[in-house]
This record gives sequence, C-alpha cells and structure tokens, in this order.
Amino acid sequence: MSLTTQELDEFRKGVRAWFEENKPADPGFLLPLSFMEVGTDEQFYFLRDWQRKVYEAGYLGMAWPKEYGGHGKPQALQDIVTREMIRQKVPFMTNTIGLNWAGPLILNMGSEEQKKAYIPGILSAEDIWCQGFSEPDHGSDLGNAQLKATRDGNEFVLNGSKIWTSLGRHAKYMILLARTKQNTNNKYEGLSFFLIPMRIPGIEVVPIRKLTGEYGFNQTFFTDARISESCLIGKEGEGWQVAMATLAFERGAVGGQAGGHAMMSREVAEVVALAQTAQRAGRPAIEDPTIRDRLVQFIMEERSMMLNSARSKIKALNADRPFSIPMSSKLVGSEYQRRMNQFALSLQGANAAYYVGDDLAYERGQWQRSYFNSFSATIGGGTSEIQHNIIGERVLGLPKS
Amino acid sequence: MLDTNKKLTITFSEEQEQLLDIATSFARDKFPMDKARARIAAAEDFDRAIWSEMASLGWLGIAVPEEFGGSGLGLAEVVTIAEPLGRNLAGTPFVSTTLVAQALLKAGTSAQKQEWLPKICEGAIGALAIVEPHGDWNLAHLEAKATEAGDTLALSGTKTFVTDAASADLAIVSVSLGGKPALVLLDKAALGKAVLERETVIDETRRSYRLKLDGVSVPKANLLDQAATVAALSHVDAAACLLLAAEACGGTSGVIDVIVEYLKTRKQFDRYIGSYQALKHPTVDALLALEAARSHLYYAAGVFGQGEEGEIAMRMAKALSSDAIAFASDRAIQFHGGFGFTYDCDAQLFRRRGVWCEVQHGDAAYHRRKLADLIF
Ligand SMILES: Cc1cc2nc3c(=O)[nH]c(=O)nc-3n(C[C@H](O)[C@H](O)[C@H](O)COP(=O)(O)OP(=O)(O)OC[C@H]3O[C@@H](n4cnc5c(N)ncnc54)[C@H](O)[C@@H]3O)c2cc1C
Ligand SMILES: Cc1cc2nc3c(=O)[nH]c(=O)nc-3n(C[C@H](O)[C@H](O)[C@H](O)COP(=O)(O)OP(=O)(O)OC[C@H]3O[C@@H](n4cnc5c(N)ncnc54)[C@H](O)[C@@H]3O)c2cc1C
Repeated sequence: MSLTTQELDEFRKGVRAWFEENKPADPGFLLPLSFMEVGTDEQFYFLRDWQRKVYEAGYLGMAWPKEYGGHGKPQALQDIVTREMIRQKVPFMTNTIGLNWAGPLILNMGSEEQKKAYIPGILSAEDIWCQGFSEPDHGSDLGNAQLKATRDGNEFVLNGSKIWTSLGRHAKYMILLARTKQNTNNKYEGLSFFLIPMRIPGIEVVPIRKLTGEYGFNQTFFTDARISESCLIGKEGEGWQVAMATLAFERGAVGGQAGGHAMMSREVAEVVALAQTAQRAGRPAIEDPTIRDRLVQFIMEERSMMLNSARSKIKALNADRPFSIPMSSKLVGSEYQRRMNQFALSLQGANAAYYVGDDLAYERGQWQRSYFNSFSATIGGGTSEIQHNIIGERVLGLPKS
Repeated sequence: MLDTNKKLTITFSEEQEQLLDIATSFARDKFPMDKARARIAAAEDFDRAIWSEMASLGWLGIAVPEEFGGSGLGLAEVVTIAEPLGRNLAGTPFVSTTLVAQALLKAGTSAQKQEWLPKICEGAIGALAIVEPHGDWNLAHLEAKATEAGDTLALSGTKTFVTDAASADLAIVSVSLGGKPALVLLDKAALGKAVLERETVIDETRRSYRLKLDGVSVPKANLLDQAATVAALSHVDAAACLLLAAEACGGTSGVIDVIVEYLKTRKQFDRYIGSYQALKHPTVDALLALEAARSHLYYAAGVFGQGEEGEIAMRMAKALSSDAIAFASDRAIQFHGGFGFTYDCDAQLFRRRGVWCEVQHGDAAYHRRKLADLIF
C-alpha cells in the first residue's frame, strides 16, 4: 500500500491534533529522560499510562501485525507519528526495550506462541521488559557473560547476577543472555538466549543510585531461579547470534521497531534559546562570535543526523559502504547529545555550577541533569569506544583490536 | 532563526543516479593513482583524449539548457560527476568550464550565450578568473579594472588561480568598471595578449596560472550584462563552493581508502597497525565526518539556488567537506609513519588537494561565520 503525499499530510494533521489535545500536562515532578532513568513509582505509572493511551489511540505498533495487537499499517504512518511525538516533546514510550528490540526480535524469530504471548503486552505497556546482558565483570565483553543456566530436565536453573538492569523493578519479563554450557571452544558457543519471567522465586532486583543522585538501573540477582525450557528463543547454544540480532535492533542498525521515541533528546534550538538569554559581559551570549561559531557547528551536526537518515534511504548514495550510516547512528547521536549538553552548561557562566534543587540553577538545573544522563547513551547499548571498534571492523574492514 | 525541526529530504533523481554510476567507473578507469602522478610531470595542462570523452559523454552541457546544446539539467547533476572525479584526484578543467558556463548563463548577453554555450557543450575549455592577489574570498573586492576607450575596454590588473588558462578557449574575468563589478569575456586571441604565468600551487594535480591583464583590451561586446553581474558572481561563488564540496567529499573517500589499505597491510609489533585503536578510532571519525559532509552535499545539491535554504545548505556542505578532507588527509600522512613523510606516499597528494578545496572560495570558519549571520 503506498500513500499519496496528500494522504500523508492529512494523516499528519490528525496526529498533530491528537497529540496537542492529549499530551499529558506537567505532572509536577521531574520526568525521566529515557527508559534508563525511570527511578520512582510515580514516574513509572505516569509513563506507563501515557504509553497505553498512545497505543489505544492507534499510534503505536502501527506497522506490527494485527494478529499480535499491531495495526498492520504502512511504516510511513508510524514514522510520522514518531516524528510528531518528538516535535511536540511528549513523554517517551517507557517500554523501550520491548518496543524497540525485544519485540522486533520476538516478531523476527520467536515462535507463534511467543508472539501471541508477548507482543500485545509490549504495545499496551501492560508487560514491561528489561534486559539481562551486562554482568559486573563482563560488560563490553558481552560474549564472556557467565550467568549460569543449568539444564535440569525441561527446566533451566539460573545462578549469577546481571547488572545495570534498566526498568528491572517494573519488569514482568527479561531478555536474558546466559551460559548453558561451560568449557566450550570459544566463549560464544556456550551461550543461550531466554525470554524469562521476572516475578519468580530466586530473582531479586536491587536498585542502584545513578550519578545524578536519582535511581534508574538495578542489579538483578539469580539464586536457583527455575525457568521452563520454552523460555528459549533461538536454539540452545546459539544465544550469541540472537544477542547480535537484538543489538542490531537496539542500536537502530536494523528497522522493525514499534515506533514512538525512546529518549527526551535535547535539541540545538533549546541551546540557541539559552544563548539568547544567557549573558556575556552584559550582552546576550549569542552575540559572542565564538559562541555563534559553536552553535553553528551544533546546528550542522544536528542536521547531519537528519540528512544521514534521509540519505541512507537512497541506495545509490550508499553504494560503497551500505552499513556505514545505520551502524554509526547510535554513536553519532549519543556523542552529539553529550557534547551539546556540555556546551549548554558552558553558556551559563558561574551559575553553571548550580544543580537541580537550587533556585538559581538555570532552568531548574535541567541541563546539568541532562548532561549527566547523556552518558547513559554513550555507555549503555555498547560504549562509544566499542562502537568505534565495530564500525572500524565491519564497515571499514580493519583488523580486530 | 532556522527551523531546526523541519524535515529535510534529499532528492536524488534517476539522472543523478545514472551519472553517478557512470562517472564513478569513468573516474576509476581513467584516473588511477599513477595517472595523477604522471599528470604532475606532464607537459600538457590535462589529458586531451580524456577531455574529449568527457565532452562526448555530454558532461560539459549538463547544467546548460537544451536550447544551447546542453541537457538542461542542473548543478545537482554536475555534483555527481565532480565527486567521483575528486575521489580519483582527477585534474581536468571540468569544474572551471562548468562555472564559466554558469557565469554566461547568469550574465551573458544573448549573443555571448549563443556563441559560447554550444561550444562549451562540445568541449571548449573555460577558465575562470575571479580571484586576485589579495586572496580575499569576497569576490566583489576587485582591484583589476576595465576602462572604456571608445568601442573597447582596456583591462588592467592581475587575476590569480586561473586554472588551465593556457589551454582555455575562453576566460571569464572579473574587473571593476565604473566602480562596479563587471565580467568580461576573453577569447583565445585576447588571452594570447595577456601574460600568463604558471603558478606554483600546493595541489600539483592542478595547472594554475596568473593572468596579467595590463595592455589587454577587448571589444565592448565582450562585456557581460553588468546589471546581472553581482548576482552572477554570487551564483558562481555558490556553485564553486558546491563543486569544491563535491571534490572534497570525493577526496575524503579516496584518502580513507588509502588509510584503510595501509592499516590492513602494514605490520608493527607483529600486528596489523589497523588493530591499534589509536589508528582505528580516528579512521572511523574520518568516515563519520565524510558521511555527514556527503549527506549535506547531496542535500545542498538538491536545494541549490533555492533562496536562503539553498545558501545555508551550500555553506554547510562547504564547511563540513573542508573539515572532513582536512582531517582525513592529515591523519593519512601520520598513519603512514616515515613513509607518510615521503613524496611517494599518496597521502600527500590528498592533503594537497584537500588544502586547495578548503581554502578556495572560503574555508570552514569563513562559511560558519556567514552561516551565523544567516541563522541568528
Ligand atoms: C544508564 C545505563 C543503562 C543500562 N541499562 C542496561 C540494561 O538495561 N541491561 C543491560 O544488560 N545493560 C545495561 N547497561 C550496561 C551497558 O550495556 C554497559 O555498561 C556497557 O556495555 C559497558 O560495559 P561496562 O559497564 O562493563 O564497562 P566496561 O566494559 O568495563 O568498559 C569500561 C571502559 O572501557 C572501555 N572498553 C571496554 N572494552 C574496550 C575495547 N575492547 N576497546 C576499547 N575500549 C574498551 C569502555 O568503552 C569503557 O569506556 C546500561 C548502562 C548504562 C550506563
Ligand atoms: C623526517 C623524518 C626523519 C627521520 N630520520 C630518521 C633517522 O635519521 N634515522 C632513523 O633511524 N629513523 C629516522 N626516521 C624514522 C622514524 O623514527 C620512524 O618513521 C618512526 O619511528 C615510525 O616508524 P615507521 O615509519 O616504520 O612507521 P610505523 O611504525 O609503521 O607506523 C605507522 C603508523 O602506525 C602507528 N603505530 C605503529 N605502532 C603502533 C602501536 N603499537 N600503537 C599505536 N600506533 C602504532 C604509528 O604511530 C604510525 O602512525 C625519520 C622519520 C622522519 C619522518
């Protein structure tokens, strides 16, 4: 089904109106900036209700199959909705892991039963998903994950710990990478991938305080926790391949996500506005040539991302290195956010040293907080250094480090 | 203030796709790296046989309307040729000839257009003489002069960076006439009366000349429409930036290949040096800079000439492509170690090309300054 520009415009108008009318009012407490920052129950319930409302309005999972709760419509429509959500700065879709990588993974390689069981709850936010990849001793070196899943008849017994588990306190399910076989030829062979229930005996979730002073992620302890073998996705011992497929969805290198945005990114327009009010020697900072130059650079960078995404759809303009743009979007976007937030602090003069809670803090200290939180994306989902390795090796064909 | 939220789309036509494809193979076949080196030593300004092929492919008339023998496309299509040529460090009068045609289209009299545009489409070589010894990027800063003397214009002053002038069939020269910018057409005969001195330029794949106008005079009929000249100069300036950005993107891609090839084959400490992150990560950064610049380039090509948006896009493409080739070619020298310091290493060819592309028609900081004034 292909839609005319006019139909798309009509649709956009409807979407715009719906979000204008339905976007939630300021709840009176600070909202998280991404699924990695959901720290309190009030934040969580607020966001979950919002996702459900968007889904029930028909604006989430639009291109996912109808039989699993999606709407079976063209992706172009979902893209319009997602853009509009970003434009209107409505709160993000909190079941991010489910919507953006666990869900696409299940749709892609899950059994019929798994699709039926999990997809509808992902969309409605009824079932929150978390991710059990990183361990205290193995983060970037994910293939070395050691959490044990020991077969016992048609069950597996889980022992060990996962860490930095975002949404862990609220999750009903987890995507879990665990070791089902010891002493294999290489570290990847013994891994298996599971879709597991979180609320079973033997699983304990302990919150960890973030650099901002708030809560967001957790450590998850497994002590003789028993799961059914039907929790496997992919074959036993082939968990690494499943994990790689998951990461491709997570980093946006492959499409198929349910839509909706996952993060409250700051935009350069906000920094420009800041430069218009901040002062330098009694004049608006935006009159300072060095500041103007930096701002222009950020504007160009923000456009680069938009234009990269536009160009990535034109095959002839990606002939040399077809995966270059999709594989680098996470790196480019997260590093941009970090640097831009840092620059925003530098515009605030001495008062940049205030933090959330002080009434002299610029815009209630939002920039300080978003600067700190910007590291969630430069570290989570594979650090920027690891992204450099991946791009160097897979896109440029450089030898492994 | 710019609407930073506006959805930007890149238009890429079937013609562009075909041209990019053909030009990519053409450049690869005709301009292998040893050719670039041979050209540096060659007596001729450029390879005539290749030039004739380019003319017969119709490339010189791409942005010329059909009524003058061109194919009636635009600079967006020219970009798809300039980029692969840049990638292979081709040295041809393609860009200058294209710009001369653009100047004629914007300000030429109808007689001048009738006479010259069809010739250009068939392979006449155009030289553009719009830069002066002061090196100012402001093209309206003119010290070269034309003075009326009866039916002729007496020219004086000096123009610099006039590429391929010794082979040119015509040149378009900027001068001030009555205190205002003017463009004058010099045919081969007039060029013959001027003094042409070969310049020693950093990019040795280019043949650049200093054009000394003292004592040259041309019929008044060789004056382009002076009322249209300011606009024509700014159009040519913008077109030059766009095509330099295309060459720079091509060059960046070419030099990344050079780096990667070395990093995959050179061993130190019993390991391929490409396995060292001190080399790998900056090489990835060069790639990211290329991808960004290239996205801006094709966007700018699509909106070229479209008012303020076109100008913003063009300046961004020029700024980012300048920085991209500077970084990639600079690192290329460093990553070749001692070999990088030699004349034999291709890294220097790209670095030299890079500097040329960066500093002609405004460097990155210059364009960012212009952007700030446009945006804020
Ligand atoms: C906010 C946040 C939320 C997260 N949420 C989750 C989650 O829900 N589920 C989950 O499983 N994980 C989650 N993570 C974990 C995240 O994926 C890991 O933190 C990340 O993969 C890095 O692992 P690590 O913390 O062990 O750091 P390490 O791997 O120990 O890295 C330390 C430093 O060394 C560098 N480094 C490591 N290896 C290399 C190498 N080969 N080359 C160059 N540099 C290298 C890293 O880049 C980093 O700078 C989250 C992390 C954050 C910050
Ligand atoms: C102008 C000049 C004069 C010189 N004069 C002399 C002289 O008089 N006598 C003499 O003996 N030598 C001389 N040298 C040689 C100089 O010492 C070597 O060029 C230098 O040690 C690098 O070695 P290489 O050229 O083999 O490069 P390589 O070692 O091959 O290096 C290539 C690239 O890989 C990088 N690299 C290599 N190993 C690693 C690693 N482990 N980690 C990260 N990156 C790595 C390097 O930094 C470089 O960027 C001279 C060099 C120059 C440029």
